Amino acid sequence: MSNVNTKAVDAKDMNMFQKYVTLRKHEAGVAWKKAKARKMCYLFLAPYAILFTMFYVVPVVTSIYYSFTYYNILEPPRFIGLSNYISLILEDDIFLVGIKNTFMIAIITGPLGYILSFLFAWLINELPRWVRSVAVIVFYAPSIAGNCYVIFSVFFRGDAYGYVNAFLMDLGLIDKPILWLINPQYMLPICMLVILWMSLGTGFLSFVAGLQGVDKSQFEAGYMDGIKNRWQELWYITLPNMKPMLMFGAVMSITQAFGVCDVTMALCGYPSTDYAARTIVTHLFDYGFSRFEMGYACAIATILFLIMILCNKAIQSLLRRVGT
Amino acid sequence: MAKKEKKQAAEKPYKKPIIKKRKPNRSIAGDIFLYLFLILVAFIMAFPIIYAVSSALKPLDELFKFPPRIFAQHPTMDNFSDLFVTMGKSWVTFSRYLFNTVFITFVGTAGHLIIASMGAFVLAKYEFPGNATFFKIVTVAMMFTGYVTQIPNYLLLNKLGWIDTYWSIIIPAFASPMGLFLMKQFMEGLPTSLIEAAKIDGASEWRVFRQIVMPNVKPAWMTLIIFSVQALWNNKASMYIYSEERKTLVYALQQIQSGGIARTGQGAAVLVVVMIVPILIFVFSESQILETMASSGLKD
Repeated sequence: MSNVNTKAVDAKDMNMFQKYVTLRKHEAGVAWKKAKARKMCYLFLAPYAILFTMFYVVPVVTSIYYSFTYYNILEPPRFIGLSNYISLILEDDIFLVGIKNTFMIAIITGPLGYILSFLFAWLINELPRWVRSVAVIVFYAPSIAGNCYVIFSVFFRGDAYGYVNAFLMDLGLIDKPILWLINPQYMLPICMLVILWMSLGTGFLSFVAGLQGVDKSQFEAGYMDGIKNRWQELWYITLPNMKPMLMFGAVMSITQAFGVCDVTMALCGYPSTDYAARTIVTHLFDYGFSRFEMGYACAIATILFLIMILCNKAIQSLLRRVGT
Repeated sequence: MAKKEKKQAAEKPYKKPIIKKRKPNRSIAGDIFLYLFLILVAFIMAFPIIYAVSSALKPLDELFKFPPRIFAQHPTMDNFSDLFVTMGKSWVTFSRYLFNTVFITFVGTAGHLIIASMGAFVLAKYEFPGNATFFKIVTVAMMFTGYVTQIPNYLLLNKLGWIDTYWSIIIPAFASPMGLFLMKQFMEGLPTSLIEAAKIDGASEWRVFRQIVMPNVKPAWMTLIIFSVQALWNNKASMYIYSEERKTLVYALQQIQSGGIARTGQGAAVLVVVMIVPILIFVFSESQILETMASSGLKD
């Protein structure tokens, strides 16, 4: 009895399977025909697709592969399993310092920079046109001004001639100059300050543009429905309309926040005192390009990659709830 | 109920002409406070840049004056001419660094614009298998920094024999995901009928792209250009380029700054040269860039 039953089920399964296969085959056939009909599209996409694969997709994959090997360029890579990761997390104290610093910087400057970008985009939104365009230039300039942040090393110079020191001594707040960029205590806060100064970047532009595009009639409808002040306007009308830009801005600021290295290297030196300003990326440079331990460096890169992607996914699912 | 309200609204004009510009939910005190706050922040944001420019214009004796003045009292262009004169004697001249950066930026940006636009055009305007998947992968690529791929890139460029050439900077810049993303989003706003009309008139895809699509997305050009220029102009290139005569401006800037206090003026001058180009491009193309950014949103 049971035998018959299983046979029937088997037959049914087989039938289902065959149906599935034929369906898939059919779909593939249709796709192939479509692809053939659109040969031009692939030709157009090819140059970009090839370069993109070469410099973005393949590197990520090979980076994951090398992270399981010992590789110093001279000898061929040797498979060593997870030991790169194990020594990174269990033995490499400096890496943990780097992780800690990167997270400190990311957690403070990421959200704060994001909120500031939106806040200023929103505040300048209602200004007259020409004032707005001047304001956009002033706010956006620091982020495209390239290496302009090195000017902060003049402001925060450690001797009594550094402007911040001189200013604070004039006010009588301190009686001897502070070594801002050498004392580990002050390094990170100063770097964060500089990063915040530069944080009104691409996301900010996206917000400015997006706010301009919000349908004005929705506000009028909102006034009718009893929206009382600008905060309610913001939460019930502006933010829901801005969702795609908010997503884009979030991607930009997360990527920037975790990729910090230029500012810390330029201001605090490389390596910095006590590794107090070491970030994941500086650690990556150290092992990749100073010690040529490529496998180890790739493990760092893979961890960074995972952190960034996971963080982006988490923030995106959070942002989907805005205004609901 | 709703009808009644509508009627009322129709009878009584919602805004009086005198206060036409004012929105209903705003108080004057709030606006004044807002303006003051914005002016203060704008000053803080602009101060380092203003300071950099003014110190580039200061003659030597003013640079070390204490307490410092924000604006130069006797502005000179000496620091800039010094760049070419004193550094003209070193074996890699300043103009060489400048040329390297200009070359890398120009070629990289032009190639990126053409290649990314071609890809964006078909992704935005045609349905074909793999279309959505490819775009999704590109979007994911925006979520991590270039540092992640730096080591495999180095190994790859090494295999290709491009290490220590301009191409090691230029070719990867062609494939920047940001440009393709923005271009595609902007091209989606282009009416499909425009393309179809051209096709009916017998234009080939290439011709449609070159003569219909590209002239119509000029605002997006500027956006791609500013992002690409910003990335390339500020590229230190110290990982991929070893020869002194192929190094870039930002690298020269670091060299000059490590030259100590005697080079302060020249350092400030290079700093201005480095930062002024992206800022100027942005100033002149702001409205076009904002037009493109309006379509930059990430949809689910």
